[in-house]
Amino acid sequence: MAEKKTLKRFASVFLASSLIMGALAGCNSEGTSTAGGGSSSDTTSDVIKIGANLELSGAVASYGSSIANGAELAVEEINAAGGIDGKQIQLVKVDNKSENSEATNAAIKLATQDKVTAMIAPATSGNVIATAQIANQYKIPTVTASGTAPNVTENEDGTLNDFVFRTCFIDPFQGIVAANFASNELGAKNVAIYADNASDYAKGLAKSFKEQIEANGGTVVAEEAYVADDTDFKSTLTRIKSANPDFIFIPGYYEEVGLIVKQARELGIEAPLMGADGWDSPTLVELAGAEALNNTFITNHYSSQDPEETIQGFVEAFKGKYSESPNAFHALGYDTVYYIKDAIERAGSTDGEAIQKALAETQDLSLITGTFSVDEKHNPVKSATVLEYVDGNQVFNSKVNP
Amino acid sequence: MEWIQQLVNGISLGSIYALIALGYTMVYGIIKLINFAHGDVFMLGAFIGFYAIARWDIGFFPALIISMVLCAIIGVIIERVAYKRLRNATRIAALITAIGVSLLIEYTVIFFRGASPEAYPEVLPKTYIDIFGVSISSISILILAVTVVLMILLQFIVHKTKIGKAMRAVSLDPDAARLMGINVDNTISATFAIGSALAGAAGVIFGVYYTRIEPLMGVLPGLKAFIAAVFGGIGSIPGAMVGGLSLGVVETVVSALGFSLWRDAAAFVILILILILKPSGIFGKNTREKV
Repeated sequence: MAEKKTLKRFASVFLASSLIMGALAGCNSEGTSTAGGGSSSDTTSDVIKIGANLELSGAVASYGSSIANGAELAVEEINAAGGIDGKQIQLVKVDNKSENSEATNAAIKLATQDKVTAMIAPATSGNVIATAQIANQYKIPTVTASGTAPNVTENEDGTLNDFVFRTCFIDPFQGIVAANFASNELGAKNVAIYADNASDYAKGLAKSFKEQIEANGGTVVAEEAYVADDTDFKSTLTRIKSANPDFIFIPGYYEEVGLIVKQARELGIEAPLMGADGWDSPTLVELAGAEALNNTFITNHYSSQDPEETIQGFVEAFKGKYSESPNAFHALGYDTVYYIKDAIERAGSTDGEAIQKALAETQDLSLITGTFSVDEKHNPVKSATVLEYVDGNQVFNSKVNP
Repeated sequence: MEWIQQLVNGISLGSIYALIALGYTMVYGIIKLINFAHGDVFMLGAFIGFYAIARWDIGFFPALIISMVLCAIIGVIIERVAYKRLRNATRIAALITAIGVSLLIEYTVIFFRGASPEAYPEVLPKTYIDIFGVSISSISILILAVTVVLMILLQFIVHKTKIGKAMRAVSLDPDAARLMGINVDNTISATFAIGSALAGAAGVIFGVYYTRIEPLMGVLPGLKAFIAAVFGGIGSIPGAMVGGLSLGVVETVVSALGFSLWRDAAAFVILILILILKPSGIFGKNTREKV
């Protein structure tokens, strides 16, 4: 306990000092740019800076670095093809260490020091929300590749975060797809839900799944929760097992889900397990083991095995650069850059408000993770893919339209 | 059947707490210091075992022994560098130093390898034994066996060997022990070595059992083991074992009743209750305050 306190104290002092430093640095660079005169405005005119505020280390580092790799490939392609209206894109990456407070700091840095035109927001919903205020305040259009919680773009009181957008679909949709898959494809009647209670993402999924499965005539026989960073799930899983469900929905992130899947199979739970895009990481297979993952499913944004031509073209290009098969986060990071590019081109300027307007008016934009139009709540309306784990590999199962 | 399964779950968790609690209790017994860096020695043990298994491709038992030996050395270094010169300082100074050492270890590890988690390789063959619908994995039986063997070994060292006798003497009265010709410094170092070796063993066992290890993994188990040590009566070796196992079972029962989100809270409520009702713990001796 004492440790926690000192940590907190240290963190707050550090945060305060870094804020002051950031402000000072901001003043400084402004000073030099006016002093420099013509030369500095020259350099800003031939590049478009896009900030990337991502989880490059910490608990969900796998998401952030995947998005960064996807975005880099897209930037490389766009620059090779002549950039946006003749201007090259420069990607400014900042690590937010998978923490809310660091995500805010990173957004302040990108807004005040690097003076970016647009930002790629963090991967997880909580971290995106931590940057929303900065985006609105500095009028910098911000697009998250994978923040799926509804309240990323829309606040609890129904007001819109004007400058926040996303490339992915939202959680309630994933929950509904999972529930329909469970009742229609797997014929599940008695289901259990085991959700991460510390994440808005997981709670949102659990809620919409529950509503849909009950509408489909299923019964929720057990509803349990865990907290991020737990390692021992056996006692709760034993409790779930005794309720005898024929399907278990586990919305959460791969770090805990990997252990849950492993421990569930160790306890002899044979029922199909299902989750959402939070499972999608190679670390999941390492933690759970390929064998335990058999008979598990996820809803996701895309599959690299989707036979569509544009998708296979992207997969080839990606393999050429990174020599691995792209996962959904790679694809979303890639798409996010193209989404921003499309808006800047239509806006015809690098002015924040013009780009914001163009993003909100996006119609039938065809990207790797699907073709979408943006609705009035800044959410793209697009399809979801169901994947099955077979011996540690994701296998394309089906595609579900909204 | 559910409850027998839960008991098995609780004992597996509790035996890890017990192994860590032993180090807390031994160090407290001998120099009255709550060594908050102990949970981080546990973390180092897990990482040493991981690199031994993943990089050098050796089995579980050699990795366990390497981890125990290296942790023992690390424990002695921590004692010699950080705590020895504070032996006559106030207890709060030593306690704060312990917190400092804990943060130093955690962030040094993060500095060198980053904060991302690592998955323990599967070193032990996995088979399940089904007894009346209770599924017990061979790993949990092995873990329990290793824990019991280490505890018996510890009892043997403390009660039947010369160094054990010296430890008990120093714990009782360091000045009198010194007058009797016992090398107090070496005895304290030996206590740190043994306690840290047990934490190292707990780290490897934790890794094999729970798979995921990361640089801050020692914080919560460290605090839980501290609670276990206080519960059993800090300074008492059998107390740490009983305290650890009971805490594991209590946490499991809390989850089993459907209050999984209250599990950590339950552990800390136990700490508060025991400090109010019986500060000396179950096995602790009631010492009269010297005025």
